[in-house]
Formats: sequence, structure tokens, C-alpha cells
Amino acid sequence: MAENKDYKVIGTRPIRHDGVDKVTGRAIYGADFQITGLLHGRVLRSPHAHARILSIDTSRAEALDGVKGIVTADDLPTAEDKMADLGEGAVSLKYLCDNILASDKALYRGHAIAAVAATSPHIAEEACQLIDVEYEVLTPVMEVRQAMESDAPLLHENLKTSSLGETSEESSNVASHIQHKKGDIEKGFAEADIVIEREFVTGTVHQGYIEPHNATAHYNQDGHLTVWCSTQGAFTVREQLAEILQYPISKIKVVPLEIGGGFGGKINVYVKPVAALLAKQTGKPVKVLMNRADVFEGTGPTPASFITVKMGATKDGKITAAQTSMAFEAGAYPGSPVGAGAMCIFAPYNIDNVLIDGYDVVVNKPKSAPYRAPGATNAAFGSETVVDELAEKLNIDPLELRVMNGAKEGDHRADGPVYPRIGFIETLEAAKEHPHYSSENGKKHHGRGIASGFWFNIGLESSVTINVNPDGTINLVEGSTDIGGTRASIAMQAAEVLGIPAESVNPSVVDTNSVGYTAVTGGSRTTFATGYAAYEAAQDVKRQMIERAAKLWDVDEENVQFADGEFSSINGKEEQISFRDLSGKLSETGGPVVGRATVDPPGAGGAFATHVVDVAVDVETGKVEILRYTATQDAGKAIHPSYVEGQIQGGVVQGIGWALNEEYIYNEEGTMTNASFLDYRMPTCLDLPMIDAVIVEVPNPGHPYGVRGVGEVPIVPPPAAIANAIYDAIGIRMEELPMSPDRLLKALGKI
Amino acid sequence: MPVVGIPALMRNLTDGEDSVTVSGNTIREVIENLDKRYPGTKEKLCEGDRLRPGIAIYVNGILIRANLREQIDADAELHFLPAISGGVSSG
Repeated sequence: MAENKDYKVIGTRPIRHDGVDKVTGRAIYGADFQITGLLHGRVLRSPHAHARILSIDTSRAEALDGVKGIVTADDLPTAEDKMADLGEGAVSLKYLCDNILASDKALYRGHAIAAVAATSPHIAEEACQLIDVEYEVLTPVMEVRQAMESDAPLLHENLKTSSLGETSEESSNVASHIQHKKGDIEKGFAEADIVIEREFVTGTVHQGYIEPHNATAHYNQDGHLTVWCSTQGAFTVREQLAEILQYPISKIKVVPLEIGGGFGGKINVYVKPVAALLAKQTGKPVKVLMNRADVFEGTGPTPASFITVKMGATKDGKITAAQTSMAFEAGAYPGSPVGAGAMCIFAPYNIDNVLIDGYDVVVNKPKSAPYRAPGATNAAFGSETVVDELAEKLNIDPLELRVMNGAKEGDHRADGPVYPRIGFIETLEAAKEHPHYSSENGKKHHGRGIASGFWFNIGLESSVTINVNPDGTINLVEGSTDIGGTRASIAMQAAEVLGIPAESVNPSVVDTNSVGYTAVTGGSRTTFATGYAAYEAAQDVKRQMIERAAKLWDVDEENVQFADGEFSSINGKEEQISFRDLSGKLSETGGPVVGRATVDPPGAGGAFATHVVDVAVDVETGKVEILRYTATQDAGKAIHPSYVEGQIQGGVVQGIGWALNEEYIYNEEGTMTNASFLDYRMPTCLDLPMIDAVIVEVPNPGHPYGVRGVGEVPIVPPPAAIANAIYDAIGIRMEELPMSPDRLLKALGKI
Repeated sequence: MPVVGIPALMRNLTDGEDSVTVSGNTIREVIENLDKRYPGTKEKLCEGDRLRPGIAIYVNGILIRANLREQIDADAELHFLPAISGGVSSG
């Protein structure tokens, strides 16, 4: 389906439409939002990682001057447990509500217990300290292997292990077990000349978006609720609010303000229902802002995990078998991304015999949330390290071993589906041909590593409306939060169809009352799916404009053609008019032209990436320095190459942080001891070289321009690539993330 | 006839078969016919008249989000897998 032609707009690098407002500080974020009569909300959080809530006494807080409202779980409309339909799957309503305000148990340090609305943030904060909560402190379960032990304290007394429709008889912290099996795993290992088996541990990592969660809620006198907030998806906020508040969806309007990063962490709601409860109780608009500690302790990180990987290969480099057991921490409630990790772990390779087991396990940490290619980075750290070791033991170049076993169109993933056209091999070839790979890297304690990664990408629903202006510009109305430059990449797809410059498109991200349903900005879907909707809406405009030209010239529509922004008559009359000039004649040819489209495209087209990294290890301090980094990635077709490069660079940087420094550090009581950006160390530009992003273009047949999602897969290879580079530098295989200085020094035997 | 990849945790119901051919013009018909041949399989995949929450269907390698009435080709290849949505996955 992908078009193959010379584009006028696609592939260029126009300035993003929202750029000026953002660099001049005019863009409105949640914390900026003001409305008359605004009250300020603050959330009281549990000081314990695991405790039974015996009582909550708010009387002292209520007596404080300036306090206007206080809510607890008792103010949520239902405690009945049922499955809540959020459009993209059902979740337990009790779990959903309990994560907003704890009812019977606090399940992690930072779990919201109560909230106050007051005339100032300071009064609200002071009032929180006056709420008396009586707890029965319980033993926390802070690690996945501990949680899986038969005698581990239970977080949920009624939680059973679900296994494709089967449910265990005994309660357990293991919420679910999944399995994928291909071929005969025993036969595969028997055919191997070499078998490697290793264990890997990854830490709890946060998305680290710069803007904390926020929400302002207000009920009109007629009962309509409006919520202004930072979110990756206004419609999913509306769905979650409707379920949690048990309120008609038609009476909820969600207005997405600008977003300061999300990376998957701004799909679930936290303070939005709290702001709504306080607004309802007080009759005033209420704004609730998180601070950074709230974000770390009260919102979903990506899970820690324990992964075993066993792979076998023949002497000539054929991988004959691959087996893994993956246990992911879901946090306080079920729903880790172990399912995705299990489907991604061996996805780059065509292996005949595979056995994958995955376990979703609850622990006393915040409920995990998606983070860029959820589950795939944990998985690739294990599999790509073992692939590297296979290459070393077989004395085969690690890129060559990947080419020899790499998945291609027509191969089947270990979990079943057949691959359509994919570009994994092309990313390997691009890495091999890059000057980085052939450059010298022989200094002492310097090393080079490579790793690859896969992410599915998704489609889902998107809607776009286009209004044609009399001056030949168009107003493009969309529902996709713009996180990484998608106003531009979506506008460009409409501009290409209509033969107008990208600058002639005015894109607007609007509220849930003003555009058709649009799923979250997540799953690397926005440029693919909302771009697809923009393409279709522009086609609708084009069809209508052809009708207008035909009317203008008194010819049949089939005698009007459109190319390069010009309509022309092909019946011998030699009429010609530009899109711009015809736009000025709409009122005389029938009135406004409005194009619209809704799509739910399959065929998102999976994304592959291959990374090459050079490191220097300081064996005295344990510090790992990134010397050079090259990331090759199949983008299908890069609509705006700068933003594709930006996504690749951003993903790599987050992957480097995950690899070297980032982790939640807990004390014995289950309290995170580094809940600030001072102590939770994310890499900055001072820590890193320029990331060389190499765009490979293997068009996705499922999109008119060949687009594949690009936002997630670049975070997948970095930890494994860096671990492999560290091994090349000092001869030690690092099997736990992060590979921080203390772990390096321990591995070196220095502490 | 369509080919159905059997999820590993369902193969106890299909005599260990990892892939079977089943007639049907729609996903629903394929599941019904699969259940006739291997009783109990429908209950594993469906809850009432819908797919179980957290299960997605791939047809010819493409994730299909349509309902069970979706028409499929005679040579379609179906797989039932954990659903992935919006960067969210169900474990």
C-alpha cells in the first residue's frame, strides 16, 4: 500500500507548529492553568509500603481555616468489584479505584490515602499533616523472587494466578502466567554445540518526564465535569474518570493541555479523579499538582524483573533453541508488561525451538505503568547479552551472527504471528556499514558492544477533521497529544496530499467534545495512525475540491485532475486553478469544505533497531563513560527526519540512564530513598556524546506513506549494548541493571 | 481452510497440536468449529460472546481489533496472543 514517489513535503524538516509558543513560554501547561475561584488540592500519602488502614480521622484537618474539602476512598462512588471497560481491555474497578485512594490497605509507600482542597497549596499541605491515619504495619514484599515464594506475605488475599482462563486454587502474589512454545525445546538444545544460560536482574526505573502530573477539575451547575490536564490521551482519561467516578461519559469533557513528557507514564490517571472528587464536594474548581517525590512514589515506574535466558547454537552459528523465564514486578496491582516482554524477547530471530514463560507478580511498589516499549528493554538485556556471548564463544562477529539468524518477511515470531515486510536485517547492514563499526577501539579498558531490539507498534483509533480556509490554508483538528512533534508529522501528511506547504496547515489538539475518538499517544502510533487519519481526511478534502472545480468549470468531476497543488481540466478546456485560489471560491461553489476521517488501521508494522556503543570503564571508580553511540532504526518512512532522529536520540539516552544509573533504591521498610532528580540520576547532555541516529527506510505496507512507529524501540537495545561493551572493555559480564559504579567495583572485586 | 496457532497453555486440549486447520468464514465460526473439534478451547478464548479481556487476534501477522464477526480469508493464519494497547500491555 505504501506509495513510492517523490514527495514535496514528506521527508522535509519544517519548523514545528507549536515551536514558537514553547520556546517563548506561551504554551499553557497544567501548572499554568488558572480559573476563577480556584482551590488547591494536596494528597496525603502512605508512609508505609504495606499496611492495613484501620481508621482515618479528618476532624483536625477540617477545622483548619481555609480547608474547603477532604476526600478519602469512602468518597469514591463504588467499592463493588467489577471489570471496568476502558476500551482497550477490562481492568478490575476495585484495583483501579484503590490505586486512586486506598480503601482497606496501603500497598506502597506513597499510596494516596486522602486529599484536601484549600484556599492555598500551603494550607492544603498543612491540613494533610492534620489527618490522623491509624495503620497496622505489615511486612512489605519488595522483590519479585521474594514475592513468588510460597510463604511470602500476600498483597491481595483473594488474588489467584490466572493462566489463560485457568485460575489457581491458592491465593498468590503471582497474578498471571503466560507461555509461548514453538518447536521442540529439548531437541533444539540437543542440536546445539554450545549452550549459554544466564540470569539477569533489572531495577525499578521511572519514565522521568520533566512535568509532574496535574489536573484541574470543575463541575458546572448542570453537572458537566471538565478536567484540564496533562495526559497522553484525553479520551482514555475520560474513560477512566467515567468508570472511577461512575459518571456518565457524556457529561465529562477532558481538555488536554501541553504535556512535558510522558513516555507511557501519563496514560493511567492518578490526581485527575481526586481533583474531580474535591471539585464535586466543594462546588469549586480544584487544581491538584504533584511534586517530584509524589511522581516517584505515587506513579507507575517500569517494573523491575528477574529473567533467565538459555540459548543454544551450532558451531556454524545457527541458533537452535532459546528458552526464558521472565518474572516482572507489576507493583501493587496486576498488570506488568511481561506479556509484551515475552513476545519481544526473541522476536529479532528466526529460531525453530523456543519456550517462553512469563509471570506477572505483585509487590509493594507503585502500580507499574508503561514506559517506552514496555517490557522489551528488560527482555533484550537478557537475550541480547546471551546472543553476544554466543557470538564470542563461536568466534563469529556479533553483527554477522545476528544477520545469520535474523528474522525476515515470512518468518514466524516465537509467539506465532508471521512477519510481514520488516527491516531488521537492514538495520544490521546499516550498522555494519557505518564508519563507527570499522573504527579503531583498542585502548585499554575501552570496549564496543552491539545489541538489537524489537517493538510491535500499534494502530488503534484516530480521528481528524480538516477545515479549508479561504486563503488556501487548512485547520487540522486532531485528538492526539503532541509529545514528540506530531503536530508537524501529522500536518505534513495532509499537506502532501493537498500539495500545500506544511506551514499552510494549522494543527490543533482539542478536547474530547471537539473531535472524534482518538486513542492515546502511545505504542508509537501517532504519526502512523493519526497521520493515516490526516491522509484520509485530506483525501476527503481533495475529493470535495475536485467537485468544486468541476462545478466552477462546468465539467464532469472525472475531467478534473489534481497534482502538485493544482487542479486542471483534462477535457480540452485547459482550465487550471491552484488549491489556494480554489479555496477562495468555496462560498460561490457550495459553501465550506470540511474533510473528515476516522481510522483504526491494522498493519502498524513492527520496528527494529540495532545499536553500536563504545565505552571506557574507569576501573578505579567503576564509572562507565559513553564514548560513541550509533543507533540504526527502521522508520519505514521518516515523515519529519529531525523528529525521528529526536525520538531515536531520546530513547537511547533514556536507555543509557536505565543501563548505568537509574533505579529506585529502597530501604528495608520499603521507602524509596532517592525520590528526587538529585539522587535519581538521569543522564544529561554533559554525560553523553552526540547520539548518531541512522534512519533506515523499509516502507511499511500498512501505511500510505510507509510509516512505522519510531518512538519506543530505541530504548530497547541500550542496556544490552552497553553491557556487551563493558564486557569487551574489562572481560566481565554484567547481569544486573543498573551497571552503576558500585556494581562495577563489586564485579571487579574492588569492594 | 484457516490455520489456527494454538496457544501453548491450550495445547492440553488439542492433543499437543500447536497448529490446526479449522473451517470458518469468520473468527467466530473458526472458534466455534475449533471448540467442536477440541471441546473447551472456546471457553479458554472467550468470555460470553466476546474474546477474553487481554487476548488479541493476529490474522496473517497483523493485529486485528475487529470483533468476532470479522471475515477472514480461506487461507488465513490466526494467532491468539496477549493484547498490547497504547503502550499498555496486559500481562
